[in-house]
Amino acid sequence: MRGQARKESLSDSRDLDGSYDQLTGNPPRPTKKALKQRFLKLLPCCGPQALPSVSENSVEDEFELSTVCHRPEGLEQLQEQTKFTRKELQVLYRGFKNECPSGIVNEENFKQIYSQFFPQGDSSTYATFLFNAFDTNHDGSVSFEDFVAGLSVILRGTIDDRLNWAFNLYDLNKDGCITKEEMLDIMKSIYDMMGKYTYPALREEAPREHVENFFQKMDRNKDGVVTIEEFIESCQKDENIMRSMQLFDDVI
Amino acid sequence: MAAGVATWLPFARAAAVGWLPLAQQPLPAAPRGCEARSDEVLVVNVSGRRFQTWKNTLDRYPDTLLGSSEKEFFFDPDSGEYFFDRDPDLFRHILNFYRTGRLHCPRQECIQAFDEELAFYGIVPELIGDCCLEEYRDRKKENAERLAEDEEAELGGPGGAGTDWALPPDSPFRQRLWRAFENPHTSTMALVFYYVTGFFIAVSVIANVVETIPCAAGGRAGWREEPCGERFPLAFFCMDTACVLIFTGEYLLRLFAAPSRGRFLRSVMSLIDAVAILPYYIGLFVPKNEDLSGAFVTLRVFRVFRIFKFSRHSQGLRILGYTLKSCASELGFLLFSLTMAIIIFATVMFYAEKGTSKTNFTSIPAAFWYTIVTMTTLGYGDMVPSTIAGKIFGSICSLSGVLVIALPVPVIVSNFSRIYHQNQRADKRRAQQKVRLARIRMAKSGTTTAFLQYKRNRGLEDQDSTRRPALSTRSCSAFEQQHHHLLHCLEKTTSHEFTDESTFSEALGVVSLGGRTSRSTSVSSQAVMGSSARASSLISSCCPRRTKQRRAIRLANSTASVSRGSMQELDTLAGHHSPGPQSSRASLNAKTHDSLTLNCASRDLVAAIISIPTPPANTPDESRPHSPASDNGEGLGRPSGGSGGGGSSGSGGGSDSVGSSSRSNRGTLRNSNLGPSYLLHNTVKISSL
Repeated sequence: MRGQARKESLSDSRDLDGSYDQLTGNPPRPTKKALKQRFLKLLPCCGPQALPSVSENSVEDEFELSTVCHRPEGLEQLQEQTKFTRKELQVLYRGFKNECPSGIVNEENFKQIYSQFFPQGDSSTYATFLFNAFDTNHDGSVSFEDFVAGLSVILRGTIDDRLNWAFNLYDLNKDGCITKEEMLDIMKSIYDMMGKYTYPALREEAPREHVENFFQKMDRNKDGVVTIEEFIESCQKDENIMRSMQLFDDVI
Repeated sequence: MAAGVATWLPFARAAAVGWLPLAQQPLPAAPRGCEARSDEVLVVNVSGRRFQTWKNTLDRYPDTLLGSSEKEFFFDPDSGEYFFDRDPDLFRHILNFYRTGRLHCPRQECIQAFDEELAFYGIVPELIGDCCLEEYRDRKKENAERLAEDEEAELGGPGGAGTDWALPPDSPFRQRLWRAFENPHTSTMALVFYYVTGFFIAVSVIANVVETIPCAAGGRAGWREEPCGERFPLAFFCMDTACVLIFTGEYLLRLFAAPSRGRFLRSVMSLIDAVAILPYYIGLFVPKNEDLSGAFVTLRVFRVFRIFKFSRHSQGLRILGYTLKSCASELGFLLFSLTMAIIIFATVMFYAEKGTSKTNFTSIPAAFWYTIVTMTTLGYGDMVPSTIAGKIFGSICSLSGVLVIALPVPVIVSNFSRIYHQNQRADKRRAQQKVRLARIRMAKSGTTTAFLQYKRNRGLEDQDSTRRPALSTRSCSAFEQQHHHLLHCLEKTTSHEFTDESTFSEALGVVSLGGRTSRSTSVSSQAVMGSSARASSLISSCCPRRTKQRRAIRLANSTASVSRGSMQELDTLAGHHSPGPQSSRASLNAKTHDSLTLNCASRDLVAAIISIPTPPANTPDESRPHSPASDNGEGLGRPSGGSGGGGSSGSGGGSDSVGSSSRSNRGTLRNSNLGPSYLLHNTVKISSL
C-alpha cells in the first residue's frame, strides 16, 4: 500500500457513490445484467444454466467485431482504377495493412492518425471533413480502395481533378455548392489546427475575414454560394493556386 | 513519433491539397525527395542470423539506429547486408518493434542486457508497450537496488570511507574511535569493548529483573517476604552504578567520536542510551522526599529501556525495527480498523447488556476491554454477556476479530521477509567481498606488473642488444604490446615513471632517511597512488606488527632500506657503478652474479628496485595469489601467512612485499660489496618478520 494509491483511495469515495469501478478505476460499464440475474448468481442452487442468454449475447458481440476484416480487390483492378503503379500500390497497401490490420479505418482512428501530425492544435474537425471526403460511399469507414482512390486523384490526377476533389471537400453536404456557412466551418477547422500559440495571435474574426476574401475571389455572380464551375474557373485564373497544385506531385 | 506515423505522412501531405485554394500566401516549395522511391528488402545480419525486412519498416522510426543513416556504418558491401555483432535473440524483439510499433520486454532475458541492446539501437525504453512496461520497471528497479548495494559495498572497500576497512594510519583518533564503534571487527580493542558493553547490558537487565524477586528475609521467614532489591540494597546499588558508569562512559565516547554530533544526538540509539541512564542520575540528585520518591520509583521503569541497547548487538532486532518502521502504513491501517470495530462492538454490547442487573458492562469504555479481549480471541472470562442478544453479538465480534487482524498481517510479514532477505544478501556479499576484491586487485596489479616487466625487457634490449637476456620473455599479445607502448609513451610525456605499490609505500614510510628519494620515485608512484595508498593502508591494517617492525628495521638500519634514495646512498658508499640490466626476481634466482648490476641512471633505478610485487592479501589467512606477471614460472612459492622459512637463501620470506624487498635488498646489497656477514644478518632479520 504505497502512499500515492492510498491518497487516491482515501479521497475518492466515488465507488461508494457508484460513479466508478473500484477495480479498474473507470466509470462502470453499463451492464445489461438484470437485478434478477445478479441475485441468482449468489444462490448456489441456480447453476450456470440460469444465465446462458446473457453470456451468449456478449460473446456474440465480441465475435462479431473481431471477424470484420476487409480485403481490397485485386491488385490489377486497383491498378486499373487508380493511376498508381503496381509497386506503389504494394507499398501503400503494406503501410495501410500494418496500421489497420482489419482493413478499414473508421473515423476515430482517422482522427487519431491525423492528430499526430498537428500536435499543437485540434485537428479533429478537419479530420472529420477529410474522412467524409475520402469516404466516398458514406459507409462510415474508409477502406483501402477509398484511400487509394482519393490519393490517386490528389497525387496523380489532373489539375481539374484535384480542384474537383478540393471542392468536394469543402462542400460538406455534397449539394454542389459551397455556402458561406460551410466555408466558415472549414476555415474554422483549419485555423483550429494552428492551436493557441501563433504569431501574430489568432483573432476571433480571422476565419470570417478569410471566408470573405475567398468568396470575393471565387463568387463571380455574387449570389452567396460558390458552384463548382465558379470555383474551377476562379482557381484557374489564380497563378498561385495553379503553381501550388504541383506541390504534392512527388509525395509518393 | 508514434507507431506508423511515418507511414501516414504521405497521406497527410496529400490531404493538404485541401488547403491550396484557400491559401492567401504562396505555399513553399516541397523538399527535394531524398527518399528512395522503390521499397527494397534489407538484410540485417545479426551475429549470423539473417533478418530481412522492408526498408520502409525500418524507416518508420528515423531517430533510431536502424531507421537513420547510422546503419550505413555497419553496411558490409561485400555481402550487401548490415552486420551487427550483437545478440540475435534480443534483436528479434527490436525488429518486432519496428514491425508492430510496440516494444515488448522478453521475460526470460536479463533486463540489463535488454537495456543495453535498446541503448545500442537507439530505442528509448519508454516506448515499451503497456503490456510489458510494469514488469520492466519492476525488474529494473530491483536490479538498480541490487547494484546500489553492490556499489556501496564496493565503496566500503579500499577506495572510500568504508566500514569494513581500516583507515589510513594517520587519521585522527576521533575518526578511528567512531570506526571502532561502528564496526567492532576492525580492531581487537573495539571487539572487546563491544562484548563488554553487551555483557553489562545483560547484567543490568538481569539485575533489574532479579531485584523484584522475593527472597526470604533471613530469620523472619514467612511473615514478610521482601524483594531482593530491598534485602541487598547495597549490592544492587553497586551493580547499577557500575553499569551506569559504563553506559555513561560509552555514551560520552560516542558523542565525542561522532562525526556529526547533532545528528548523533537526534538518533534513536542515542536517545535510548540517554533514557537508559537518566533515571539513575535523577535518582541520585532527587532528595529523599516522600512525594517525589514515588515518582522516582516510576522512573526506574525506564531502566528497562536498556534492553533496547541490544539492538546494536543484534541484527535481527534491527531488522524488526526497520520492518515496523517501513510497515507503518499497514500498522496504521490495522490500528484504525481495530479501533473502529472495537467502538462498534462495544457500543452494541453495552446496549445489549444494559438491562441486566449486576452487569460488568457498566459503560461503553468498560465494554472496550471485553471487545478487545474477544476480538483477539483471548477470552479472559472476566466480562461475559448474559443476555441472548449479548451472546449473539459477542460471537459475531469474535468472528470478525479474527478477520480484521488476519488481513494486514501478511503484508507486514512479506515486508519483513523482503528486508530480511535483503540483509542476508548484503551479508553474503560482504563476506565474499574480500575475496572478490582481492582477485580484482590482483588482476589490476597484474597489468602494472606486466607493464613493469615489459619495461624491464625494453631496458634489457636497450642496454645490451648483443647479450640475449636469460629472462624468458613472456609472449605478449598484440593488445598488451600496444598497451604497454601506450603506458611507455605516457611516461615519456610526463617524464615520470610507473612504479609498484610496495616500493611506493615504502618510499612513503621512509622518514628518517631524509629525502634522497628521487623526484621520480615519489611522483611517479603517485601515478599509481590509488592502489598504492590502498595497499599501504592494507599493509598497515592487516599487518600492523610487521609494518612497525619493518619500519623500525628500516629506521635502524639505514643501509638496509630499499628506497631509492638509500640505493643511491648505497651506491655512493660502495662506489659501485655499473650499467647493466635491471635486477629482476628471475635473475636473482637464476643468475645471482652477473645480471645484478646497478644502474644509477635515475630512471632505470626505478626498475632496479622493482621486484615483482604481489598484492598483499587483506587477511593473512587468504591464499596469496601468484603474481600473474611472473614469467619465471617458477615456484617462488609464497607461503601463505607468516614468516619463517627462508633464511638468506630461499625466496620464501615473510610477507610478500617484505620478501620481495628483502630479495631486492639482497641483490643490491650484494652489489655493494658489503660484507657477507652483514648481508646475512640483514636478510635474516628481515625475513624473520
